[in-house]
This record gives sequence, C-alpha cells and structure tokens, in this order.
Amino acid sequence: MLHTAVLLPFLLSIIILLIKRTKLVHPGWVVLPLPAALFVYFLTEIHTVRTEDSIVSTIAWMPKLGIDITLVLDGLSLLFVLLITGMGALVVLYSIHYLDKHTEGIHQFYIYLLMFMGAMLGVVLSDNLMVLYGFWELTSISSFLLIAFWYGRERSRYGALKSMLITVFGGLAMFAGFNMLYLMTGSYSIREIIPQVGALTEHSMFIPAMLLILLGAFTKSAQFPFHIWLPDAMEAPTPVSAYLHSATMVKAGIYLVARLTPVFAGQAGWFWLVSATGLVTLIYGSFKAIRQTDLKALLAYSTISQLGLIMSLLGLGSASAFFSGKEDAIFYAMATTAALFHLINHAVFKGSLFMVVGIIDHETGTRDLRNLGGLMTVMPVTFTIASIGAFSMAGLPPFSGFLSKEMFFTSVLNIREFDLLNSSFWLSLFPVIAWIASVFTFVYSMILVFKAFGGKLKQDKLDKAPHEAPLGLLLPPVLLISLAVVFAFFPELVSRALIEPAMASVHKGMLAPGETFEVSIHFWHGWTAEIFMTLGVIAVGILLYRTYTRLRLLDREAKGTNTLNRVYDASLQLLERGSGRLTNAYMTGSNRHYLMYIFSFFVIALLTVLVREPGISFGMEQYAPLSIYEVAVVLVMLLAAFGIPFAKSRVNAILFTGCVGYMVTLLFVLFRAPDLALTQMIIETVSVILFLLCFRYLPKLKQQKETLRFKLPNLVIALGVGVTMTLIALAAIGSSPFEPISEFFLKESYNLAGGKNVVNVILVDFRGFDTLFEIMVLGIASLSIFALIKLKLEGDAQQTPKPGKLRAALPVRSNDVILQTMSRAIVVIIVIFSLYLFFAGHNNPGGGFIGALMTSAALVLMAIAFGMDQIRQAVRVNYRLLTAVGLLIAILTASGSFLFGAPFLSHAFGHFHLPILGDTELATAVLFDLGVYLAVVGVTMNIILTIGEDKQWNS
Amino acid sequence: MELVMALAIGILFTIGVYLILSKVLLRIILGTSLLTHGVHLLLLTMAGLKQGAAPVLGDADSYVDPLPQALILTSIVISFGVTAFYFVLAYRSYQGLGTDEIDSIKEVKE
Repeated sequence: MLHTAVLLPFLLSIIILLIKRTKLVHPGWVVLPLPAALFVYFLTEIHTVRTEDSIVSTIAWMPKLGIDITLVLDGLSLLFVLLITGMGALVVLYSIHYLDKHTEGIHQFYIYLLMFMGAMLGVVLSDNLMVLYGFWELTSISSFLLIAFWYGRERSRYGALKSMLITVFGGLAMFAGFNMLYLMTGSYSIREIIPQVGALTEHSMFIPAMLLILLGAFTKSAQFPFHIWLPDAMEAPTPVSAYLHSATMVKAGIYLVARLTPVFAGQAGWFWLVSATGLVTLIYGSFKAIRQTDLKALLAYSTISQLGLIMSLLGLGSASAFFSGKEDAIFYAMATTAALFHLINHAVFKGSLFMVVGIIDHETGTRDLRNLGGLMTVMPVTFTIASIGAFSMAGLPPFSGFLSKEMFFTSVLNIREFDLLNSSFWLSLFPVIAWIASVFTFVYSMILVFKAFGGKLKQDKLDKAPHEAPLGLLLPPVLLISLAVVFAFFPELVSRALIEPAMASVHKGMLAPGETFEVSIHFWHGWTAEIFMTLGVIAVGILLYRTYTRLRLLDREAKGTNTLNRVYDASLQLLERGSGRLTNAYMTGSNRHYLMYIFSFFVIALLTVLVREPGISFGMEQYAPLSIYEVAVVLVMLLAAFGIPFAKSRVNAILFTGCVGYMVTLLFVLFRAPDLALTQMIIETVSVILFLLCFRYLPKLKQQKETLRFKLPNLVIALGVGVTMTLIALAAIGSSPFEPISEFFLKESYNLAGGKNVVNVILVDFRGFDTLFEIMVLGIASLSIFALIKLKLEGDAQQTPKPGKLRAALPVRSNDVILQTMSRAIVVIIVIFSLYLFFAGHNNPGGGFIGALMTSAALVLMAIAFGMDQIRQAVRVNYRLLTAVGLLIAILTASGSFLFGAPFLSHAFGHFHLPILGDTELATAVLFDLGVYLAVVGVTMNIILTIGEDKQWNS
Repeated sequence: MELVMALAIGILFTIGVYLILSKVLLRIILGTSLLTHGVHLLLLTMAGLKQGAAPVLGDADSYVDPLPQALILTSIVISFGVTAFYFVLAYRSYQGLGTDEIDSIKEVKE
C-alpha cells in the first residue's frame, strides 16, 4: 500500500497528460481526490503506528548494490505524509479557484504538482538512502519547474535556476555523505545503520559524512547562508509557495535532520551546527522580513526564520543523546517535541497566510505593502484569517503558535543547564537570541496584518476595486487556520496521535521496548520565565512597531543590496565565463587538435598501464627464425613508408602507399595467410586505381611550408604512438593471460562446419554475424559515395575547376588496341579464376570476399580498356541493386535457420552424390557466401563507376 | 622475427600518425592507410609468427592461428570501404571548396 501511495501521484499525472486537450473540467478537480484520499488513508494508519512499531514494505530493486525500495511508515514519516497530503488537498482546492482553467499550461502545473507530491512522499517514506536521494532530487526538479511556471518572466527563470542550483548542490553533497555512511556501515538502510552507530563514531569519515549531509539539509531548508534561493522562489504561483516553499519541501531538510538524529546526535559538532545555524537563520530571517515591502517576500523571510527556529530546536533536542539517565534525556528531548509541534503549527499558519496573500494579490492586483491598506472592512473574512495566522506566528494566545513558542522558550532556557560542552557563555546567549528574534517576528506579523488591512484604503494605487474573495478561495485557508485554534485548545489531538510516535522515531534510544513518550502540552504553567518573555516580546514589539511606522522604513527599502545574492550572481557569472573560456581554449574547431588530444591520451593511458601493471612481460624466449627475404620485404616496406611524407607529388605519395600495401601482401604470404595475401593484393590494386581517379586532377602537392613549431609536436606525438604500439606488440607476444580460443576453430572447423579453410569458415559460419554487418557497412559506404558524387553541392557551379583544365577522365582510352585485345582474353581468365576462388573458398584459400574482389578487378580492367560507358553498356547491371540483392540473400540465408528452429545464422552442410561432379559437399554457408560475393561486387563496382563517370561528366 | 615486426609496426604507426596530423587531406587519408597496415601486422604478430602451416586443414601437425586472419580479412575489406569514402569526400570537398587543406576548408566554411 505504501508503494501504491507513492506511485499514485505519478500515475495520476500521466492521466492529466492524457486529458490535456479537454477544457471541459478544471484539471484540479481531477487531482483533488487523490491527496484527500491519501490523507484519509494515512489518518486511519495512525492507530497502527501508535500501537505497533511501524509499517514496512519492501520491493527489491538492486539487491546486489544494497538498494531496495523499502518504505517505512513510522511516527516521523506519518507526521510528514499527513502534512504533505493534507496541505496538498487544501492547496489543490485553493489552486482550482486561483488559476483559471484557461490559464496557459494549467495541465503542466498539476503534473508538476503531482510529481512533487509523489516525490515528497517518497522522501519521507524511504528507508533506503539512495532511494531517498532520488526522490529528494526529484522534489528539487519539480520545484524548479513550478517556480519557472511563468517562464516568460525573467525573474521566474532566475529564481528557478537559483533554487535548483543551490538545492541540487546541497543534494550532491548529501549524496556523497550517504555514500560515506554506506562505506562505513555497508548498508544504505537507515534502520540498519542506526544500530551500528556505536562503532561508527570513531570512524574518520564520520564527521565529513555528517557535514555533507547537513549541507544537503541546510540548502533544502533554506538555512543561512543558503537561504537566498527562497525569496526568489516566490516567483512561483502562490499555491506553490504555500505548498512547496513553506509547508512541505523546505521541511525536507528538517525531516532529514530529525531522521538522522539517532545516527548523529551525541556529537558536539552536530549539536552546535544544527542549533547555531538554526538560531542565526532565525534572527537573520526575522530581521530581513521586517524590511520587505512585498508581502510574499515578507512571508519568504518569515519562512526562513521559522525554519531556523525548528532547526535549532532539533539541535537543542539532540543534547538529550549525551545523557544516559532518563530524566536528563527527557529534559532536553523537550526541544524535539517543540520542534515537531511547531512544524505542524508553522504549516498551518504559514500555509493560510500564503493563501491570504494570494487572495490579496488576486483581488487587488498588488502585493506591495506601500499600496495596500484598509482592506479590513472590504475583506473581513480574509482579515480574520490573516489575523489568526499572524497572531499564531507571533506566538500570541489563544492560538497554537503560542504553545509552541512557549515550548521554544522553555528549550532555550533549559539548554543553559547543559554543561557537558564547557561553553555556558555561548549557551546563555541562546535565550537572548531567541527573544530578540521573537520580537522581530512579532513586528513583522503586525506589519503583515495592520499595513495591509489597517489604515485607509488607497484606491488610487490599486488597479481594481477590491472585494471579498469567492468562497472557493476562502474555504482552504479557513479550514487550515481553524486548526490553529483547535490545536490550541485541544493540543492532545496532535500530541498523542502524532508527536508521541514521531518522538519515538527521533529518539529511538531513549525508549525501552513497548514504552511510548508522554507528551502533554498546556496553556498555563504559572508565572514562569517563559510567560514573562512573551509579555516582554509583546511590549517591546508594540514599541518597535510604532517606531517603525514613524521611521517609515518601508519607503526606504533598499533594493538588491543583499551581499549574499551578489556573491551568488558573481560566482555564477565567473563560472559561466570561466568554463566558456576554458572550453574555447581547447575546443578550437581544428580536427588536428582533437586528434592530438586523442593520440596523447592514448599514449599516456596505455603507457601508464604497460609500465605500472604487474605481470606484463615484453618479448618472448623463442622468436621465429629470421630470413633474409623477410628482412628485405620489411625494409622495402619501411622505406616506402618513409617516402610518403617526403613525396613531392600526389602520384608519388599514392604509389609509395601502394608499395607499402604490396609489401604487406608479401608479409602475409610469408606468414602463411593465403586468404589475406589474396585479398590485400586485389584491394591494393583497386585502391590505387581509386586514389588516382580521385586525386589526379587535384593541384600539385604544395611544398609544405610548415614551421618547426607545427611539425615538432606532431612528430613527438607520432613517435609516442609508435613506441606505445611497439611495446604493445611486444607485451602481446610476451604475455598471454588466458588460453586462446583459436584451438577450438582449428579442431571443430571441419566437424561442425564442414570446411577445411578455417579462416573462411570463421567468416561465414562461426563469426557470420560480423560478416553480415560488415557487408552492410560496405553497402552504406558505397551508397554514401554515390550520394556524395550525385549530390549537387552549393556553390559547385562557381568553384568547379574550369573544364579546360580537365583532360580525359581515364588515362587510357579506346584507342589502345593492344590493351583492348589483351584484356578481352585476360578478363575472361580472371573472371573464371574468381569463380573458382569463390567455390573453393570453403576448403581452400578463397571465398566470397576474395572472389568478389577478383571479379571486380576484372571489371575495372575492362573499364580502363574500353571506358566507363562501354562497360556500362556491356554489363548492364545496376550495382546498387546488386548490393541489395547480395545483402538480401545473406540475411535470408541467415534467417532461414529460423525455419528449422535453429538460432539466427545456423548453417547446415551435407555431402551429396551428384551426377558428373561426384561426391559434392553442399553447405548453406556457400549460399551466405554468395550473398557476400554479390554485395561486395556491387559495392566495389558502384564506387569505381560512380567516381569514374563523374570524371567523364566533367570533361 | 617478432622483434623486427614489432619495430616495423611501431614505425608504420609513427609515420601514419604523423601524416594524419598534417594539413593536407591526401596525406591524412594515406596516414589512415598506413595505420590500417600497422594494425593488421600487429594482429598477425600477436598470435606468434610461422608456428605451423597455413590454416587450411590438411596433413600438417600444427597450423598458425586462424582467428587474427579472419579479423584482418574483415578489417581489410571494411577499411577499403572507409578509404574509398574518404577519397570521395576529399575529392568532392576540393570540387566544392577549391582547396584540399583542412584548415582552409574551415575558413571557406566560415
């Protein structure tokens, strides 16, 4: 069921996507039932969670990596899922009236909102840290999308990017922290990590892991100095601000701190970081809130400050882990109770205040405090909601905010007695900071109410005449804010049902099995220090508010002077410019540079491995004997190769390369590779012809006027590659870490495939798949060449070399009688020989490739002797079609094995007694080879004729 | 013999890479050809040289390794296709742009 609960929002978002075209019904009505139903479902689970331990369900995902989707519903999760689904339902209801159904992108709005809801449920239910992280980032992404909902506005895009960069930065840090936890404990499961804490604390990675995880929590929960994204996130539609940026998403960091308290509490660092960061954020946020003129900005800073309050309470609560004695522990754990209670209260009053601001914006067209005033009489209901919300926020009775504020005071007063860390001076500052921040909180709460609703209506500054909002907009905040009153008079409702089980999750170690926390919250404790603090807050607050009005601070609101924002903007700009410069520095657009990077990397990587990897030996004990012929062939090859860079003309360079090729052919002969020798010889011949066809008419090779600065790096890199390759060759000869598979081919070639030429058998049978793709690649190459030649390039007309410069396309024309006469005879011989090679291929050197190349060679010879036109007329074959037919035969033969239930490319063979031929072996492999033959002939001839004809056309 | 071949392979690679890093299209293409030859000889040398008869089954006691040969055969044909494509690309770019130097091709484009 838990998995379904997380999955449902995602499924529903798909449905929203499907009904995108219909304008009949507001999509909000489709969405609304889901959070409402989930809320009710989770309410019914309260009893189970209270009485039993927790609800666990697991779906295996990547068990080998220790990543399973384990969802756990315990007290803490329950508190949050109720918050998410309950607030979700109210916000959706509110949004239906806030956003018209004709709003552009309204469907996207709900898709993102559902995505967020599902992700947030995932965050608070996941037990596995990796799954939690995944959902965590998903909330950042949906928040990004929702802030940028009006992406046409520059401020929206800016705010969206900022929130994304900061929260994802924190998320990544947290990810690293999670992995450190995994390295220390061998588990991603929070429930499995907690029992190992004892051994963990001594680990050197423990503190770094804590810091990284806190970074994630602080960025998400907008703690100082990472809070700067939250005010800019207010560009989102107001329902989003109410939901994500006050009630739920920003509390994910709080959740994480609470969730991991059993792991990290008891660390002095954790105590100080969490409580001090919280307090600093509290006072900073409350002070900044006073100076805002935009109502939403005021609420944003107020949210920052309240999040700081909750965070600091969690830090104070962690002090209880220092004590083993029950009484002391409970004394400090009171702070955690306050944190959880204030978390609920904050969602209640801040959610309704955001909705109020949305209503004001909706009805008056502005959120600027300088233009607002006197709305009290025009919008009495809204005013009532706003007052209750603001008074609750300020901590005034009789609202629930008062209760949690009192508990906050109690906690900061209690912490003065915490004497284990020898820092009573700093701890005694805590109540002072808390008190000052409360005064500021009181002031901005009053500003919110009396600046907007008190005074006179400034109709001249408003675009429209304000009036009370429709019922649909009022209902959600009314429902929500009534909780502030209900919780105040009946705090047991939340304390027994929600806070006690949640306490049990946060302070796991403090309870014996079967025990539960007893949390009781009261209005009146007598004339305690707390009540005097509250009275002081009210007195000083009223004084300050009056001075503030007189000082007219609002009109002097300085714009954009926030140092932290400037730091953010500047560093972002620096990063962008820096990375731009860096990229431009090495992405030069020159192929040569890229090749140099590739080759350098190749040399460095391989040489490092060759030198440092143990067990690589160079060279062998027994080299094959050396004969004078072989040395001569190698020397000629190398001399020819050396000649290429120094060749003055194109033809020379081409001929030198050809020479290298022929020497390689000879080496193939010497090294007993007859198939290779045959193939290489023909390919070399055809290649040289091609070279000459293509390059004959290009201008003379210019003398390279390259500087030494150009040549030297090339030479160094080239030498590096050469040395590396020599070493690789020696290493490959010297070490063979495993048995080669070649023995199998030699042994089974005849038995399994009925062929004696092992190389050919490998090509057409054992490794037939390779060959199939190979001829496909060839086919693609030949078609590309065809397209390149036939394609009329832009600017061809002007740039083509003048016709006068071009001589006859082929060097030899039909007037060479001897060649023509000779070739008539020779071509026949070659073709017959090629057919022999093709058929003999299975048992003797030869085969489809070689036969095809030989046939092509014959055709090329004819083309040279008689001209391209003649050959076209004499042999009327569409070579592109031939390629296709060849490929088709090969594929059909390969798939033919399906008919016999055998896998792709299975071959059969048998010996048959045929008339005349006698005992003949027939193998389907021959059929496959035929496909290869036809395809290769088609490809070769297509290439040669396409190029050759293009020449003729030019002349 | 293997030692000589290893050196020869190194030299082929050196010249091949040097040519590939030059500016003229023709040299670059010829460089890739040399590189291909180097690879083929490397594959052949890796398996050990002249350790038996050609891999056509008969009466011999031992045969040379057929697997590198099959690999090389595939490679020869593929590299023919690729080289042919390079040629035509170079030829066409000269026709279209009037230059066969890689840097000036970039300039013309710009």
